[in-house]
Amino acid sequence: MDKRVINWFKFASPQAFYPLAGRMIPWFWALAAVFGVAGLYIGFLVAPTDAQQGEGYRIIFLHVPASWLSMFIYLVMAFWAGLGLAFNFRLSAMMATALAPTGALFAFLSLWTGALWGKPMWGTWWVWDARLTSELILLFLYVGFIALQSAIDDPRRADRAGAILALVGVVNVPIIYFSVKWWNTLHQGSSVSLTRSPSMATTMLWGMLLCAMACWMYAIAVALMRVRTIILERERHTDWARAELSSGE
Amino acid sequence: MYWSSFSEFLAMGNHGVYVWGSVIVMAIAMVVEPLLLIRGQKSLVARLKRQLRAESREKIVDQGAGRSTPFQG
Repeated sequence: MDKRVINWFKFASPQAFYPLAGRMIPWFWALAAVFGVAGLYIGFLVAPTDAQQGEGYRIIFLHVPASWLSMFIYLVMAFWAGLGLAFNFRLSAMMATALAPTGALFAFLSLWTGALWGKPMWGTWWVWDARLTSELILLFLYVGFIALQSAIDDPRRADRAGAILALVGVVNVPIIYFSVKWWNTLHQGSSVSLTRSPSMATTMLWGMLLCAMACWMYAIAVALMRVRTIILERERHTDWARAELSSGE
Repeated sequence: MYWSSFSEFLAMGNHGVYVWGSVIVMAIAMVVEPLLLIRGQKSLVARLKRQLRAESREKIVDQGAGRSTPFQG
């Protein structure tokens, strides 16, 4: 068997992953800071005004990354939860639990920045439009996942119940993403797509992509911090966790 | 640089409230979340260390009292 494969699986154990995550966190923070400064610099200081929307359009440098991350984190969370459910991997279930609050935060920020964009542009904070409603459902799915898991005392049962909820909720993500195509919504179509060239100026696109990268790195850093706490809490009776605690960390 | 003055930057073409309302809330969220996590990790480590110390003390007490069965944690 290839040696590298074995090495990768080694990190699938909470014991090996705990110190590894601790070493990775500062790097992701550094990347988040670099991308964030660059993205905000371009978005708020360099990018020209939008002809139709005026300066209020700059909210999209926060809104679009927050919305992307809220959907992407959900997919990653459901992936880890599903893996934990199917193969009983402890670490992947813990990763799913660690991602949920950050995903919920980004879903909230997506709705918040969207409302602040909607007021000057549409004249309303909120409409029951397909895009907005499905994003609100995403926030409720995150909250439901967190509430369900915290209501069950046995962590392994909580993992399984949460995984089923997470997997059922996956159906909502394509609904959010394609809602602007499937229904005639007030929300504008996507400015960036995988299949055609982006319908926005290059400077704006770069600002948005850099901000999205910053949010992504932030989400990884925060999820790793949270998963470390979860690992330590759940593994506190094991020998390695006791050794870790008495070694001073 | 796109802006000609700082006040123009702050005004955001009469959209200042909306733009800065988004920026501030997002910034607060992305500062508070890691701070809460650091605090949570620290308090968990402190709690578990206390438990470990308490357990080892109980063990010593047990041995001192001459019990044959070790403490069942």
